[in-house]
Amino acid sequence: MNDRRAVITGIGVIAPGGIGVKEFWSLLSEGRTATRGITFFDPSQFRSRVAAEIDFDPLASGLGPQEVRRMDRAAQLAVVAAREAVADSGLEIDRLSPYRVGVTIGSAVGATMGLDQEYRVVSDGGRLDLVDHGYAVPHLYNYLVPSSFAAEVAWAVDAQGPCTVVSTGCTSGLDAVGHAVELIREGSADVMIAGASDAPISPITMACFDAIKATTPLNDAPGEASRPFDGTRNGFVLGEGSAVFILEEREAAKRRGAHIYAEVSGYASRCNAFHMTGLRPDGVEMAEAIGVALAEAGTAAAEIDYVNAHGSGTKQNDRHETAAFKKSLGEHAYRVPVSSIKSMVGHSLGAIGSIEIAASVLAMENNVVPPTANLHTPDPECDLDYVPLTAREWPTDTVLTVGSGFGGFQSAMVLTGEKRGTR
Amino acid sequence: MNARTVVTGMGIAAPNGLGAEDFWTATRNGRSGIGPVSRFDPAQYPLRLAGEVPGFVAEDHLPGRLLPQTDRMTRLALVAADWALTDAGITPDEVPAFDMGVVTSSSSGGFEFGQGELQKLWSKGSRYVSAYQSFAWFYAVNSGQISIRNGMKGPSSVLVSDQAGGLDAVAQARRQIRKGTPMIVTGGVDASICPWGWVAQLASGRLSTGDDPRRAYLPFDAHAHGHVPGEGGAILLLENVENARSRGARIYGEIAGYAATFDPRAGSGREPGLRTAIELALADAEVRPEDVDVIFADAAAIPEMDRVEAEAIAAVFGPYGVPVTAPKSMTGRLYSGAAALDLASALLSISTGVIPPTTNVEAVPDYRLDLVTDEPRSTPIRTALVVARGHGGFNSAVVVQAPSD
Amino acid sequence: MSTKNFTLDDLKRILREGAGSDDDIDIDGDILDAGFEQLGYESLALLETGSRIEREYGITLDEPSLVDATTPRALIALVNAHLADSLAA
Repeated sequence: MNDRRAVITGIGVIAPGGIGVKEFWSLLSEGRTATRGITFFDPSQFRSRVAAEIDFDPLASGLGPQEVRRMDRAAQLAVVAAREAVADSGLEIDRLSPYRVGVTIGSAVGATMGLDQEYRVVSDGGRLDLVDHGYAVPHLYNYLVPSSFAAEVAWAVDAQGPCTVVSTGCTSGLDAVGHAVELIREGSADVMIAGASDAPISPITMACFDAIKATTPLNDAPGEASRPFDGTRNGFVLGEGSAVFILEEREAAKRRGAHIYAEVSGYASRCNAFHMTGLRPDGVEMAEAIGVALAEAGTAAAEIDYVNAHGSGTKQNDRHETAAFKKSLGEHAYRVPVSSIKSMVGHSLGAIGSIEIAASVLAMENNVVPPTANLHTPDPECDLDYVPLTAREWPTDTVLTVGSGFGGFQSAMVLTGEKRGTR
Repeated sequence: MNARTVVTGMGIAAPNGLGAEDFWTATRNGRSGIGPVSRFDPAQYPLRLAGEVPGFVAEDHLPGRLLPQTDRMTRLALVAADWALTDAGITPDEVPAFDMGVVTSSSSGGFEFGQGELQKLWSKGSRYVSAYQSFAWFYAVNSGQISIRNGMKGPSSVLVSDQAGGLDAVAQARRQIRKGTPMIVTGGVDASICPWGWVAQLASGRLSTGDDPRRAYLPFDAHAHGHVPGEGGAILLLENVENARSRGARIYGEIAGYAATFDPRAGSGREPGLRTAIELALADAEVRPEDVDVIFADAAAIPEMDRVEAEAIAAVFGPYGVPVTAPKSMTGRLYSGAAALDLASALLSISTGVIPPTTNVEAVPDYRLDLVTDEPRSTPIRTALVVARGHGGFNSAVVVQAPSD
Repeated sequence: MSTKNFTLDDLKRILREGAGSDDDIDIDGDILDAGFEQLGYESLALLETGSRIEREYGITLDEPSLVDATTPRALIALVNAHLADSLAA
C-alpha cells in the first residue's frame, strides 16, 4: 500500500485498582489484585459474586454534570481515558485538520449497565411487558446504540474523521486499535483516538455468565479468585475499565518530537467458526491470527520478548491459548514469558484487549513483565512460563498480545518498540 | 493490495419484500411496507406504525436448534446471508475457510431477546436467565453466527455507528479484500420492534407520531416530523474482482469509493461533516460529481437534518444537479440494516436502469433537490452514491459503480 | 405422598423447550443411551437444560455430575437421585 506506519504516542487507562496509567502500572508491577466481592448491587442470588470493580467518581475525574447524566458508565470511562491519553501525548489536536483525526472505541456489551437499570424502571421491576416510555430517561437512545461511546470521545477531543465503535465481543479492545491502525496506514486518518471501554458489572451480565458457568464461583477468596493458567482455575472474574491510545502516523509523530511508546506493527483477526462460546482445544484459528500478525510485522517468533495472554482463567480458554502459542511460536513458546493481567484486573470483556495493550506497552517502557497473580498450582496442560506471582525484570521490546472472544473471534497484535531500531 | 471489490450476491429481508426479487418489485413500484405494529400492542405509545418484515417464518429456513438461541434479527441475518451466498453461486464448504470473512454492522443487538431475559431476571430471578443470553443479544452475534453456520474463519468484524454502520461495515469488508481475503459477507440486519426497543427509540426524539402509514415518514417534505422504525436489512457478498471473474460470477457492481466523517461538536460553528464525507467518497472513487447518476439519501425526516443533507448535496452537485431518492420512505429506517439495504437498492438500480421513488413526499422547494417522487424514473445508471447518517453525528458515503467490462 | 419422578418424556420436553429440536435428528425414538452430542445438544444446550430441570423440580444438580451425564439415561438417573435426596431431606 505505502509505508505509513502507526505508533502509540499517548496512553490513558482506568482499570480496577486505580485511575490513570501510574496506578495501573503500580498494581501490575507489584502483582496486586483488584478483584473483590461485588459492591455495586446485592449479589446474593448469583453463583459468582466477585468482580474487579473500579472506585470511580466521574465528577472527580473531570466530567461535567451533564456529561455524567447523559453517559453510561462505560462511556464515562472512555472519555476520561481519552482525555488522559491526549494529555499524555502532548498532541495539540486543535492544530490538526479535524477530519484527519478519527475515533474507534471497542466495547463488547455497550451500555449494559445503563440498560439494565433503565429496563428495571420502565418495566416496573419486570412486571410490565409493555414497558412505560413515560419513565424512560432522555438519553436512553445513547444506551441502546453504543456508537454513542465513539461520539462522546469524538466530542471530547474534537475529532471529525472516521468514527465508529468496534464490537467483536471480548476481542473488541484489540480489534478497535487494529481498525485504527488500518485507517492510519491506508491514509484515511493521521491520528486515531483508539481504545475500548466496558462497564458490565450489572445483574444481567452476572446472570448470563452464571447461566453458562463461565464466571468463577470462588466467592470465599475474592482477591485470589482470578486464576489464569492455574490448575484450580474455574472461571473468569468479571471486570470493568477502559484504555484509550493516541495513534499517529509515525513520521508525523517523529517530526513533532513525540514520545513513541511503540509501533503497532502487526495485527490480525480470525474466527473459529465453531461455536458462540466454545473453543476447540487445538487453538488453530488463534495460531493463524498470530502467524499473520507476525508476518505483517516482519517479526520472527523468536523475536517476541513477551506474550500478553488472553488468560481468562476458564478451563477451556487457557488450554486453547497455550496450544495456540505452541502452534504459532514453536519452541520459542517455552522460552518466552507469558502472563495474564486478568489475574489482577479481571476480565472487562471488550475493554480488556485495550487494557492489555496498555500493559504490554508499559512492559516495554519499564522492561518489566507483569506477572500472573494467583498462579500456585501447575496445570499439566498449561506448561509454559506464565511468570507466576511476581513481576520480572526483562528486556522487552517486542510484544505479542492476543484475545479470544464469544462469537469465535481470535485476534493478535504485535507491538514493536523503538529500541531495536527500524525494521 | 488495491484489489477492486465487487458485489456478487445479495440477500434481502425488508418490510416491503422478503427476498431481493420481492423487495425490488415492491420498491421500484413504490409499494410501502409500513403499517400498524403487529409484534406488540402499540396503543399506549405515541407511534403505532412500523416497517415489519412480512411472512418470515424462521422454522422454514433454519435448524430448530438455532431458534432458542437467536433473536429475530439474527434469524433474518442468517437467512439473508444464505440467500446472498446462493445468489452469488458460492457453496461455502467448497471455499477454504480462511478465505471467507464476515463483517456486519449492528446497532442495538438482539434487543427483543434481551427484553425477555431482563424480564425474567427482574421478575423471577437470575436463575431464570437463559444460557443463550450471554451472546444472543450482543452486537457481535450476527457476524459470529454467520461465521459458524458457513464455516468462515477469515478476518471478521462488527461495527456500530448507528445508521451509518451499514456503509462502514461494507468499507471494512472492502479493506479486508484489499488485504488479501477473497470474499467477505457483509451488510447489516436489525430488528428491535419490541416494547423495550420502542421505548429506547422514542427517547431519541426522532420518531414520528400517528396512525397514517402514508403521512408518518416524510423525508424532505414540509410535513417531515420524524421517522418510522423498520426492521430487516441486507447481506451482501463482496468479492475480489479477479476472484469473481475467474469463477464467472454475475457482478452487480463495484464498491468504488467510501469515506466517513463525524459532525463537529455542538457550538463549534463549523459546518456539518456530511459534505466532506461525500466529497471524500467521490475522490476515493476517482469520480467527479457530474459522473454520479443518482443519490440514495439518508432521509432523516427531521427538518433540520433534511436541510443539512439537502445543502450538502446542493453544495457538491449543484441545485437540482442529480436525481435523489429515499426508498426508505417505503420501509422506515432500519438502523444498522438501512445503509446495506440502500446499497442493494443502488446496485439494483444500476442493473435495471430504474430509480425507485420516494413515496408520499413533496420536496420542500427550498431544498433545491431533484427528488424522485411518485413514479419510478427510468434512466441509465452507472454510478450511484449512498449516504447514511448515524445518531450523534456519524456520516458515511459509498460510491457504487456498474461493473466495467 | 406423591413421588416426583423424572422420565425420558420429561427430558425430551425440556430439551425441546430449551434447546430446540430438528427434523433430521429424531429424539422421539430410543435415545436413552445416545450421546447428547450425537443428538445435536452441545454444552450450552445442556447447561440450559440443566437449569430448566433445576427450576422446574426445585433441585440443584451438582456441577461435576452434570458434566459427566453425557447420555439421557445418565442425566435422568442423576435427576432422580437428586429428587430422592430432596425428599429424604
